[in-house]
Amino acid sequence: MLENNGQINKMMIILSKATLENVYAAFVLANGARMEGIEAEIFFTFFGLESIHKKKLPHLHVATVGNPAMHIPTMIGGLPGMEAMATKMMKKEMEKMDMPEVYEFLCMLKDSGVKLWACKLAMDMFHYTKEDMFEDIDGVITVGDFYKKAEGVGTHMLFI
Amino acid sequence: MEKAICNTTIEVNEEGFMINFSEWNKEIGEELAREAMIELSERHWEIIEYIQDEHRKEVPLSIRKIGKSGVVDIKEFYALFPKAPLKTATKIAGVPKPASCI
Repeated sequence: MLENNGQINKMMIILSKATLENVYAAFVLANGARMEGIEAEIFFTFFGLESIHKKKLPHLHVATVGNPAMHIPTMIGGLPGMEAMATKMMKKEMEKMDMPEVYEFLCMLKDSGVKLWACKLAMDMFHYTKEDMFEDIDGVITVGDFYKKAEGVGTHMLFI
Repeated sequence: MEKAICNTTIEVNEEGFMINFSEWNKEIGEELAREAMIELSERHWEIIEYIQDEHRKEVPLSIRKIGKSGVVDIKEFYALFPKAPLKTATKIAGVPKPASCI
């Protein structure tokens, strides 16, 4: 017997990467949850922190190396300017699909009631302060705090 | 399937979205809002009218577009139609459920 008939009440998303495709995946999943009336919180850890770092978030790239689905040979994907070019192309396609830029997307998530948490350990490791981060994050917390916030029936946790 | 409402019947899908927008009228909208436990204010109606105008123009709806409409911002939209605002608002407006993820 599934708890709560398997109904999802809350999505707890852990974002550990800042390649554009991973950031968008996390943001679309969080926003999509809110659109269905499901609560959503994102825990930004390790490189995921770059997507809420004020100075870094406008410059996130897609990965052109180590991603076979890009269909760019690794040797060529590693050439200077390839990532920037692939990113530019992807952003153009995304705008056509009504996909906002990272900063606008963060504002949308906040306005939709998504909670944004920065990982304390990773913040210390990268020597970031709360002032470096997107102004509307909900706080800097530990893994334990995040688990505490996940309590309740119908919570699902997702690592990206 | 058919749904009896306001002394008439309307065609709806399995999620309760109206199939023929032409069958919609204000009374039906009010009844659909009651079913969604929403008390319609002037602000709600402004948004419903905006949604219906966009539907007539065949513009696909998304949360982002609603936020940029100048009619309502995203925060207020969520406050007026709690839980799933785009779904609830389009259902009351009698237009199909938007197929948007954003």
